[in-house]
Amino acid sequence: MNGPHDMGGFTGFGAVAPEADEPVWHSEWEPRAFALVLAMGMTGQWNIDEARHARERLPAMQYWRASYYEMRHYALLLQLIELGLITALEEEQGRMLEPPKPVARVARAAAIPTILAAGGPADRPSAMPQGFAIGDKVRARNISPEGHTRLPRYARGKAGEIVAVHGTHVFPDSNGMGRGEDPQWLYTVRFTASELWGRGARDSVCIDLWEPYLERVA
Amino acid sequence: MAHDGHHHGHDHGDEGSELSPIALRVKALESLLVEKGYVDPRALDVLIETYETKIGPRNGARVVARAWADPTFADWLKRDATAAIASMGYQGRQGEHMVALFNTPDTHNMVVCTLCSCYPWPVLGLPPVWYKSIPYRSRAVIEPREVLKEFGVVIAEDKEVRVWDSTAEIRYLVIPERPAGTESFSEEQLAALVTRDSMIGTGLAKTPE
Repeated sequence: MNGPHDMGGFTGFGAVAPEADEPVWHSEWEPRAFALVLAMGMTGQWNIDEARHARERLPAMQYWRASYYEMRHYALLLQLIELGLITALEEEQGRMLEPPKPVARVARAAAIPTILAAGGPADRPSAMPQGFAIGDKVRARNISPEGHTRLPRYARGKAGEIVAVHGTHVFPDSNGMGRGEDPQWLYTVRFTASELWGRGARDSVCIDLWEPYLERVA
Repeated sequence: MAHDGHHHGHDHGDEGSELSPIALRVKALESLLVEKGYVDPRALDVLIETYETKIGPRNGARVVARAWADPTFADWLKRDATAAIASMGYQGRQGEHMVALFNTPDTHNMVVCTLCSCYPWPVLGLPPVWYKSIPYRSRAVIEPREVLKEFGVVIAEDKEVRVWDSTAEIRYLVIPERPAGTESFSEEQLAALVTRDSMIGTGLAKTPE
């Protein structure tokens, strides 16, 4: 979807504000909000692409105004309510009014180090033939999917060159929409700044793109 | 900050008079999720403590220092960064598929995630606010040199600035150029020159005093 999250190329949001000796958190509620997002993700009720898609579906002005952890909190609420894990009234009152729904697992404190160390690798075996090789000239398709996608708008219709092949990975456009992992070949494509923006001659942007996003340039 | 016009019954609770609306909402949600049995409150504490004290940019600095000091390790990092980094004990969540980007006299690498805030947690910890901010996410790809100037970094015109947009589950660690005058340095001394920003590409390694 062409949501508020797809930010590459905007220039109207002001300067970047680096902060010297930045602390990990800026308010006492931030670590709690962060941990709730992670711990609920560990219940296995959604995957990483569905979680990203929830953030993208927040109302645009809410997405842009919120601080990072606020935005994550709002997206978590959206998922919890959509899946019936909590109700809006329960959220408002901060107490249980309906019985809990069964979840796949609850991450206990003792299991956290193992869960974090294992992570969630995205590479999957696939019999799909590899369509492109390093050095191939490709063009990102000019598409505007209604659902989740990781093809940024600024690259659509632009031509670049394959510079790395990463094997077959979970395809977010499918996985984020509840349609299964559908592994696809993943490449890094280098686009010149002049192709993307019409300026910045010497510079370039490398983007990780799955095969269904790409077509061969003759 | 947006609070989307909701009114919340707990805004004026006994203990809540000093808490912001978002702080109250987070607190209320934690109570609810614990009551429902979806989360273990002690697991929340472990998650927070892990990213406060165990996983942070000093991990990445040790990787960079070893790459500078040990050409065999540097080659491994170029070929298979995930395995090379795991050999130092750094692996897992948000670092499952690592790629190391070596800065050279011809190329300066810089990492962004325009679509969300993807970042290599096992080596750098949680991302700074500016990395997740809309100005950085939007401008890094279109005007990287202007963004770098806001960090006090000026890259020579004849050098390519190569920006990496982390759109997949590949996570990037920039290996900055080794500063001159460090030939006799130990790995520990070298690691002290490696800043977090130099491993994102918005900074350079420090030069020895």
